[in-house]
Amino acid sequence: MVNIRYAKDNFELGENQSVLDCLTGRGVPVPFSCRSGVCQTCLMRATGGTPPESSQNGLKDTLKLQNYFLACICHPDTDLEVALPDDKDIQTVIPATVKSLKLLNSEIMHVVLECHVPIDYRAGQFINLFRDQSLGRSYSLASVPHEDDHLHLHVRRLPQGRVSGWIHEDLRPGQTVEIRGPGGDCFYTPGNTEQGLALIGTGSGLAPLYGIIRDALSQGHTGPIRLFHGSRDHNGLYLTGELHDLVKQYPNFDYVPCLSDRDVKHNFAVGRAHDVAFRHIPNLKNWRVFLCGHPEMVKIAKKNAFMAGASMKDIYTDAFNVSLPD
Amino acid sequence: MSQQQSLYEKLGGEAAVNAAVDIFYRKVLSDDRISSFFEGVDMETQAAKQKSFLTMAFGGPHNYSGLDMRRGHAHLVERGLNDSHVDAVIEDLAATLRELNVSEDLIGQVATIAESTRNDVLGR
Repeated sequence: MVNIRYAKDNFELGENQSVLDCLTGRGVPVPFSCRSGVCQTCLMRATGGTPPESSQNGLKDTLKLQNYFLACICHPDTDLEVALPDDKDIQTVIPATVKSLKLLNSEIMHVVLECHVPIDYRAGQFINLFRDQSLGRSYSLASVPHEDDHLHLHVRRLPQGRVSGWIHEDLRPGQTVEIRGPGGDCFYTPGNTEQGLALIGTGSGLAPLYGIIRDALSQGHTGPIRLFHGSRDHNGLYLTGELHDLVKQYPNFDYVPCLSDRDVKHNFAVGRAHDVAFRHIPNLKNWRVFLCGHPEMVKIAKKNAFMAGASMKDIYTDAFNVSLPD
Repeated sequence: MSQQQSLYEKLGGEAAVNAAVDIFYRKVLSDDRISSFFEGVDMETQAAKQKSFLTMAFGGPHNYSGLDMRRGHAHLVERGLNDSHVDAVIEDLAATLRELNVSEDLIGQVATIAESTRNDVLGR
């Protein structure tokens, strides 16, 4: 007898019954459409137990690694604890101590956090950092597990930002904060090591990309890894020394800082990061593409990357949507 | 007991759908006759929908009803979706299959299945 656990309720799975039928039959509002494992509407996540491989058919690698599955074609032999993708209680609150705070440029703070309990994350995912119980914001992880001891965030100060302003002005080393996470599916997956990686980021969108690049390099990625980091002017660029060091260390890594202001000094590409990137790599067939930062850039670049030949399953995005002050 | 190969099997099943979906979606997005209907939609969700559609048109497993087709396209019909747009989609579908070297006979069968959804898609 196999049991499906959802939000503290235990349901017995009938013979030949799918997880979707089991849950919807008991009134759990799981959205669904095709019921044949194609449309991905009934996407769920196993928070306990491992879903059968066949129930992950067609999912992005980053989702498979996080135990996502399609409920309509899921017939497990063992118990599963499941959640809907947007269920908040997928993640528990974790306390973390602020180890250090350092400005990376005039508006981006490097925040180092030590979690009180270890968290299992992948470079490029994000966590939510809470100022108080109801006020939290998402920040991407620039650190790499096994390479860095702690979590690294790049927090850009936003005008009237209630969390970013607090981080920049009030937060002090030694203080304890609460975080939730990790989340997100913009990260490096092992395998296909000779594939080209194109990474395009604006502003603090460099955070996840810096993590993803170092993760790929440490896992022995051999294909070309090309980073395009965009900013309006010179002041917005950061970690340039570290990135130039990586270029010297790894022949397959290449860093192109892009400035969209017109009067740029030499050594910089002129134009918006995604325009520069598509000029450098006009054909993205078989490339893996990572897009992080300004939501408009991510949206445009996603379409451009797809039209330039990248497969939809090879495009990973993290749009930094700004929460408006309420 | 002899079993005839289904259209879906002849085309190559799920692997064929996977090979076709990106090509088809690119054609649709760059087709000026219909691309405006796809503006502002989430590309990931849309790609999954395209995959469902191709699976159905290839004669594969699906549970779509005429009612689903009507519901799914009603907001587009309000925006002026008509026969010429359905023609464009079916043309793009055939062009996709030609690019994948599928025989004209099988392309015809796929087009017939796609054609059978026309009245539901257009809410008639």
